[in-house]
Amino acid sequence: MASSETAAATDQRARGLASFLRSQMRNIAPFLTLIFLSAFFALASPSFATIDNLGNILTQVSVTGIIAVGLTFVILCAEIDLSIASIANVTGIAVAYFTLQETYVNIANIPLPGAVAILLSILLCAALGLVNALGLTVIGIPSFIMTLAMMQIAAGISALLVRGQIAYKVPSLISTLGSGSIGGIPWIVIVAAIMLLGGHLVLTYTRFGRYVYMVGGNREAAEYSGLNVKLILGAVMIISAVCSGIGGMLGVAHFGSAQQNEFDTYLLDSIAAVVVGGTSLFGGRGGIGNTIVGLFVLGVLNNGLDHVNIDSFLKILIRGLILLAALVINVYAQRLREKATE
Amino acid sequence: MPEGRLPILELRGITKSFGGVEALRGVDFALLPGEIHGLVGENGAGKSTLMKIIAGVHTEFSGRFLIDGADRHFRSARDAHAAGIAMVHQELSVAPDLTVAENVFLGNQPTNALGLVQWRRMAREAGEQLSRFGIDVDPMSRLGDLPIGLQQLIEIARVLFSGARIVILDEPTSALSPPEVERLFATLRRLREQGTAIVFISHFIEDILRVSDTVTVFRNGRKVAETASSATSKGALIEAMIGRGGEVLEHSYTDDLMLPRPSDRPVVLKVDQLSLARSLKDVSFEAHAGEVLGIYGFMGCGQQELSRILFGKVKPDAGTLVVEGAPKTFASTAAARRAGVALVPESRRAMLFHQEPVYKNISISILDRISSLLLKPGQEREIAKRQVEQLQIRPPVVGLDLGMLSGGNQQKVALAKWLTYPPKLLVLCEPTRGMDVGAKNDVINIVRDLRAKGLAIIVLSTEPETVLSLADRILVLKRGALVREFKNEPVSKDRLLEAA
Repeated sequence: MASSETAAATDQRARGLASFLRSQMRNIAPFLTLIFLSAFFALASPSFATIDNLGNILTQVSVTGIIAVGLTFVILCAEIDLSIASIANVTGIAVAYFTLQETYVNIANIPLPGAVAILLSILLCAALGLVNALGLTVIGIPSFIMTLAMMQIAAGISALLVRGQIAYKVPSLISTLGSGSIGGIPWIVIVAAIMLLGGHLVLTYTRFGRYVYMVGGNREAAEYSGLNVKLILGAVMIISAVCSGIGGMLGVAHFGSAQQNEFDTYLLDSIAAVVVGGTSLFGGRGGIGNTIVGLFVLGVLNNGLDHVNIDSFLKILIRGLILLAALVINVYAQRLREKATE
Repeated sequence: MPEGRLPILELRGITKSFGGVEALRGVDFALLPGEIHGLVGENGAGKSTLMKIIAGVHTEFSGRFLIDGADRHFRSARDAHAAGIAMVHQELSVAPDLTVAENVFLGNQPTNALGLVQWRRMAREAGEQLSRFGIDVDPMSRLGDLPIGLQQLIEIARVLFSGARIVILDEPTSALSPPEVERLFATLRRLREQGTAIVFISHFIEDILRVSDTVTVFRNGRKVAETASSATSKGALIEAMIGRGGEVLEHSYTDDLMLPRPSDRPVVLKVDQLSLARSLKDVSFEAHAGEVLGIYGFMGCGQQELSRILFGKVKPDAGTLVVEGAPKTFASTAAARRAGVALVPESRRAMLFHQEPVYKNISISILDRISSLLLKPGQEREIAKRQVEQLQIRPPVVGLDLGMLSGGNQQKVALAKWLTYPPKLLVLCEPTRGMDVGAKNDVINIVRDLRAKGLAIIVLSTEPETVLSLADRILVLKRGALVREFKNEPVSKDRLLEAA
């Protein structure tokens, strides 16, 4: 048996580096993109490759990073959540709504103690996530459509709460985590790092994390293995909503205001971060590590384009093209991987 | 066979092989106009291959192919269609979301000068065609809302009325109720009078004998008999299908095999009056500990549905499951697993993760037993290694992606998933299908070991050999109903086929 084990190992080696690289393309391609973009901007602009600017990039991607943690779970299950930005927005507005505002802010709000305001806001986003979960698992609405509806619902709640006004005050804990810093490091970067690490640990070392990968890898097989697939799908939708809510609260503190449509760009950015990083849209492959690389690719791109003084309208087009390239790589990586194992 | 007519279709010396394996060896076949020609043979005997050659699906073969006495070579199914050959495949190929009329006219809807579909005319003509067939439905209703049998009749009707001169029907009656079968036969007879040549493939030998004029028997890629239906019997046909003598290398189960006395050990599963739409009717049986219960039947007899109900994947319309004395209604497969039921479905793809390593495939169903929150990869690998050794899975590398393993070894992994903490009831669908002799024997030995450990095992198969090689007691499922139980008595392939 020992000899056949070595034989198999040799055989696997004999399949060669090429095959290994092909199967790892989803991890390698985003990393190469990141190195290439960093090198390009470093050469193009002297102000890009500085410690200060690294700090800028980290701060700029933090809110996206927090939202992307939950979205990574969802995409690993081969589902999608389009309501993340709206849920972030409504949660950020809610936490301001429950905080005493200055007298000139014309919102009929309900001031509550900070801890209660935070708790209620988290319950709100969890409840919205639960509605997503029930729609997906109990009624059987595809996540794409279910969360599209939730996107509108959350935006509607936001609109009713602020009625076109802007709120500024949030509980002091949120204010500190969103806009304060410790030892020169912004708290929001630390929170994002902790949440990304937490997400990684859950996905890699817990039973639930394994289930997420297995359900994403082959949902039918997960069901025939006696897993409660609906429970797992429901859980990831709630995780996604809660991560979005946390991102929304800190984002409101970071921006210094809570208002309608504040998070609209975060939907595309978060999906882009997860997908550009190489997590498979077909589920089961990728993880938080990929999402982190994806966040840096987006962060470097957004930040770097500012440094090279490019037409801001062209910037949008370039981001679109980079996302398209990432999608192409994502789909090809899946095919190459399937070929390597079949 | 009616004499004095020229064959509409004639095949001479047809040989066809797939990757070195001969599926057909020098087959001659002739079809006369106004004839219903029955075709019987075991799975893999070559019936379907021959029909696919006639229908232009397989285009590479050797031998002569004549229509109306002239050599032809089809390059596609379109060519065959243009020559007036139509086939109804065993699997439904209808568009369930379109209306009945649209399905009847699929691909050639009547249009006006502007190219717009003439809905009223289409509905009227579809209604007329179907009522000639004895089908009375609203042509504008959605096809998917109709019962499966009716959908199948409509599909058959579409092909029969397409003006084809040669119609091939592959297992047309498996989903039909007896009155529907009658309607189909009446229509076939009417078409025969109009001169249409019909090939009728079926496992239901009674149906073949009732409707066909001629029967041809296939065995191992050869035509072994051709006879007038009036001059043969079910027994004679089964004997011709199975064959006697030294042709078969493996144990062929043609001779009687004595089933043991039924187990008097406790009942693990009691199924009472289980019904599911058109798939199952009042199915009741018991499975005992330390016993392998075989359930045999033809494709589409309801086996698959039964296995899904036992594992909580499908909810029955009526009936009860009792596992070890406790009534169960499984809300999910997870609930069935927790109650001690395990299922290995017929498709390995449906229960394995090809892109994950072997050990994760083996541990997935027992993770909640070995870890509460955090995974224990070391223990998972240990457990997987033990299973790999016990079941002699090759190569014995638990970190290898499952997709790298051969089919037989994958099947063993599928079994290994359930063996670390053995269930009370193990349901196996087609456990040896598509395996070579060595892997088959391994699986048979594994199942016997499990029986010795006291598991209740249910083996469902459409292959008589599989059931005969494993089962202590055999139930025969026919069109969703249990029709025969073999226990403590001699059984053979003939007897099983006779009962089904």
